[in-house]
Amino acid sequence: MKRKLALSAALIASGFAFSTSAMAEMPSATMLAYTCVGCHGTNGNSQGPATPSLAGSSKDYIVEIMDYYASGERASTIMGRIAKGYTKEEIEAMAEFFSKQKFVPAKGQKFDAKLAKKGAKLHDKYCEKCHEDGGTSSEDDTGILAGQWSPYLKYTLADMMAGKSHMSKKMKKKLNKLHKKAGDAGIEQLLHYYASKK
Amino acid sequence: MSNFTRRKFLKVTGVAAAASSALAFSSFAIGGAKKKVVIVGGGIGGATAAKYLRMMDNSIEVTLIEANKDYYTCFMSNEVLGGDRSIDTIRFGYTGLSGHGVKVVHDWVSGIDAGKRVVTTKGGKSFPYDRCIVSPGVDFKWDTIEGYDAEVAKKIPHAWKAGSQTATLRKQLEAMRDGGTVLIAPPPNPFRCPPGPYELASQIAHYLKNNKPKSKIIILDPKDKFSKFGLFMDGWKRHYGYGTDNSMITWVSGADGGALESVDAKNMTVQAAVEEFKADVINIIPAQKAGKIAFDAGLTNDKGWCPVDGKTFESTVHKNIHVIGDSAIASPLPKSGYAANSEAKVCAAAIVALLSGGKAPQPSYVNTCYSIIAPGDGISVAMVYAYKDGKIIKVKGSGGLTPSEFDPEMRAREVQYAHSWFKNITADVFG
Repeated sequence: MKRKLALSAALIASGFAFSTSAMAEMPSATMLAYTCVGCHGTNGNSQGPATPSLAGSSKDYIVEIMDYYASGERASTIMGRIAKGYTKEEIEAMAEFFSKQKFVPAKGQKFDAKLAKKGAKLHDKYCEKCHEDGGTSSEDDTGILAGQWSPYLKYTLADMMAGKSHMSKKMKKKLNKLHKKAGDAGIEQLLHYYASKK
Repeated sequence: MSNFTRRKFLKVTGVAAAASSALAFSSFAIGGAKKKVVIVGGGIGGATAAKYLRMMDNSIEVTLIEANKDYYTCFMSNEVLGGDRSIDTIRFGYTGLSGHGVKVVHDWVSGIDAGKRVVTTKGGKSFPYDRCIVSPGVDFKWDTIEGYDAEVAKKIPHAWKAGSQTATLRKQLEAMRDGGTVLIAPPPNPFRCPPGPYELASQIAHYLKNNKPKSKIIILDPKDKFSKFGLFMDGWKRHYGYGTDNSMITWVSGADGGALESVDAKNMTVQAAVEEFKADVINIIPAQKAGKIAFDAGLTNDKGWCPVDGKTFESTVHKNIHVIGDSAIASPLPKSGYAANSEAKVCAAAIVALLSGGKAPQPSYVNTCYSIIAPGDGISVAMVYAYKDGKIIKVKGSGGLTPSEFDPEMRAREVQYAHSWFKNITADVFG
């Protein structure tokens, strides 16, 4: 079974190779991804203090977010300006590259253990269903939260709550519930929890 | 087969693709002696190329020749002048590159023989190559301002190559009396880091505002406009009273007589096109050209820069020699650190392909330049570039400047992202 899988995968992989060489004008996934890493870190693992890591995020998640940046549905300083420079196919290629890299949690982020403990409970109740495994997984085509750079998560949540960035209906409902129950302090606790995950 | 999800399928194909590319690499390594790439210059361009060549194909023998043991980044050196950053944070060594299997040689390259494909050094060594990358940065046109040369620059720093020059200018600012005048003379186009002189002025103004508020800055510019012009002007108004009678900064454009003609280092005066100015601290950034080795190796054109093919960065003068970074003519890519990093990766990918008898791949390039006008007020310019019909082009609709309307939250984030860019690019280059 394993062998059969590998074989069919290899066949399809070579199929991909043919089709990319036929489209001579499109740079390779690696070539495209290497343009991102000056800001997002080698292989998509950011050194911080604010730029998010891309490594390990699902392909579909990156493609979706880049689309929101390019259209302005997601607020940004610079990302929207850069996202507009790539075609859908190019973004798919770079997203695939980063989805295959191993996510390395942010190093040296400070957190308060007490707040993190409260944040863990909030995460379990409101976030875990989509951001699985304590926010370490991107399997559900959602962002990796645990070990992500805190300022980025803070900005993103603030923009979503201010209506400046797109949020799925599901998340809107959950985040509103969380905020109603725990307030700004709850958001802060959540951030401490994600920063505590090494 | 039922649990064979799309995601798992992608994972498997990823592994298969990686395995097949690994096979492709080793197959041409078997073909004969190790392929040799010699890199001249360990700045942003050269160091990036060295690391990425080894990352892309570790069968290639990569030698990096750099005179200095430490590299000080020009980017963020303005924060050292402003006092918010220590010079140690912009110093980088070469142990990271050694870890990637790059042979780092600290020596001065004295010649490149394009015919014999050999690089020679002052230390008397010879390094044969299959491909050579030249990344020497900029050199100054000392003869353009009367009375200014490399010797005078020890007293009147250019601070345009970071390190001791940065430290000298910082010391002079610290020693200056409150109420003193700082004179800054930016260069004519083209030059390294187009927004740099204006961020430098901003950072010095930030220092003076908080420590020597009676002091003034005069910028004597040969140009009538500069990078991020509107954003800088707006920022100077907001932070440094620009445009008022009490402005800390005066900018004299080329049209108003800003071009520098001569300098009298003894009396600390400069003669501009119309007036003479006296100052307590003078910073002159001279006109620029390609680094010396580019001239010695015959890689330059009549304007003093190196023409290259934008797909491979191979010199259009000498085969098998590639020029990247500030010395190369890569327009519309600017002479910036991020552009050098991006060019180096395109060049490395081309060399890996060419050394195995393949075709250079389709490039993709990017640039982002941040400037910090004051703490919490960052601005940026960005652009995505592609290669089309034999030329590097800007991708339409991409890039551009920070919005002109002042948004304090977003400007504070830009500073955070500027510092993140610094940490990430230096790790990408030297780590």
